[in-house]
Amino acid sequence: MNNSAIATLFVIIPLCTAFLISLMAKLVKRGFIYTLSILSAGLLLFSSFYALNILSKTAGNLLVYKIGGWGPPFGICLVLDGLSVFMLIIVNLAAFFISIYNVGYTDKDDDAPKFLTLFFMMVTGLNGVVITGDLFNMFVFLEVASIASYALVCYREGAEELEAAFKYAIMGSVGSAFIFIGIAFLYGFTSTLNMADMSRVLAAKQGIFVVPFVSVLFIMGFGLKAALAPFHAWLPDAHTSAPASISAMFSGVLIKTLGIYALARILFTIIGTTQALLSALMALGAISILAAGVLSVSQWNMKRLFAYSSIEQVGLIALGLGLATPLGILGAIFHIFQHSVAKSLLFLTAGSVDNSAHTRDLREMSGLKEKMPVTAAGSLAASMSLSGIPPLGGFFSKLIIILACIEKGCYFYALAAVAGSVLTLTAMAKVQRFAFFGELKGKFKNIKESPFAMQVSIVCLTGICVFGGLLLLPQLRPFVSNAADVLLQGVKYSGLVLEAAAK
Amino acid sequence: MTLYILCLFLFCVGLYGVLRKRNIVKIIVGFAIMGYAMNLFFVMFGYKFHGRSPIGDISQNISNMVDPLPQELVHTSIVIGLGLTALLIAIAIKIYEKCGTFDITKIKRLKG
Repeated sequence: MNNSAIATLFVIIPLCTAFLISLMAKLVKRGFIYTLSILSAGLLLFSSFYALNILSKTAGNLLVYKIGGWGPPFGICLVLDGLSVFMLIIVNLAAFFISIYNVGYTDKDDDAPKFLTLFFMMVTGLNGVVITGDLFNMFVFLEVASIASYALVCYREGAEELEAAFKYAIMGSVGSAFIFIGIAFLYGFTSTLNMADMSRVLAAKQGIFVVPFVSVLFIMGFGLKAALAPFHAWLPDAHTSAPASISAMFSGVLIKTLGIYALARILFTIIGTTQALLSALMALGAISILAAGVLSVSQWNMKRLFAYSSIEQVGLIALGLGLATPLGILGAIFHIFQHSVAKSLLFLTAGSVDNSAHTRDLREMSGLKEKMPVTAAGSLAASMSLSGIPPLGGFFSKLIIILACIEKGCYFYALAAVAGSVLTLTAMAKVQRFAFFGELKGKFKNIKESPFAMQVSIVCLTGICVFGGLLLLPQLRPFVSNAADVLLQGVKYSGLVLEAAAK
Repeated sequence: MTLYILCLFLFCVGLYGVLRKRNIVKIIVGFAIMGYAMNLFFVMFGYKFHGRSPIGDISQNISNMVDPLPQELVHTSIVIGLGLTALLIAIAIKIYEKCGTFDITKIKRLKG
């Protein structure tokens, strides 16, 4: 078997799982469906690590799979490089633990198979966006993931959920419209859709107006998907209304894959960055950090607080990417990993509190630590990592980004990042103080810790969250630094991919 | 050039509908108009007046050829738009069942 064929698995496995689940929903027992979903998510996770392993043995750290044997300018090719594999591992890691969590979280719902079908459709879209090497194909996968996520927001069908879903669907599709027009312009200008080939043509042609215009369209479109500050209005509503496991998926993976990854892939490796674009990205990041940081501290709804905190952390990632120095990009990539794990974990613990205590209002809960020790420990670890307490991973990623700002002489941005860090610490301390510490209220005397499956997934993610900082060790570091290298080498990507495809 | 400007105008009509209208159904219609403008715009990139389809023998030299690729892409985009519109309408119907109104200024439960 050709090694590069493994790239197709990341789309085939979740797509088949989604169809199998929806076909078999009425015929088999619920337990079988849950087993199938966990097995398939586990297989995906295993394949991503296997792909990482293959990739580390390949020269040039690049694998290209040509679908149907058609070469780059004509056919669609799937590209696995350092950044793709890094994102694949993040997506499938979150998907695996969330599918374990789903067993405990959705077992009382009659519609759980439909939920799992949509969940795997979303994973299909996310994996597809990451591995594809074709611009229009990326748009299609982006829409697959987006439409599944619109439907998942209103899964519970309450009035608030429907309102949030409608808002998210309209804003998300306006964002997609801008991305589509950007792709149309690029196609009209370069007459090709393959990313590598497009990059080659763009380098040869000097377009004065088209490229900046298209970049602005992409920043608007993907910025909306990533919920950067002026485009963030959909995120708090959607995250608050979605079921907890989906909020975890949104915050941990969706906004980073559809927003940050796609934007970085297009701006850095296809179009090529200019200082103006990078400054815009940094400014958007700084606005997100400050605005969302202040808003998150003032929230009393637990999930809404976490949602605003997500906007803040995405801003920090955008700031790191906008620096475009080796240190800045490394910090941004590392922070993607840390935030993905920590924020998924926080949303899962919020869902577990909601499941047992039936409230999301911080003012109503108190002292849940006594009754829900596992959830409280998970939430504490994630809060500490997110707000940057030294031994945990979040500290290192934030430190790297702040150091990169200082190294480049952007003192204002460094200050914004530090201020954002303090605001996160305040918000997380608020959650811990009101939800888990303090005296147990009378009406919570009889609540139980969440079901076993939910505990398992919380414990595993806590482990990853606590030891996440170890990724900076020299032995494990290539995982992060290979991903950063892809963005650093920029438009050389096209030459490498075309060369690998010609073999 | 006139065609492209008209296309932009159509897009702006759709965007106006999405941004300014208060009725959910009108928002969805505005969204659909925006989709038409997008698709029309993309098709026009590959279109040539009095052009023909690039089907024929390889020895034939077709001078005035329409680029078929944007048409295929728009085909895909129309299907995506169909799915999205169906989902939006389903949500709108559910909202009407729950709230008894299509007016978005009256459905305001989420704040902050």
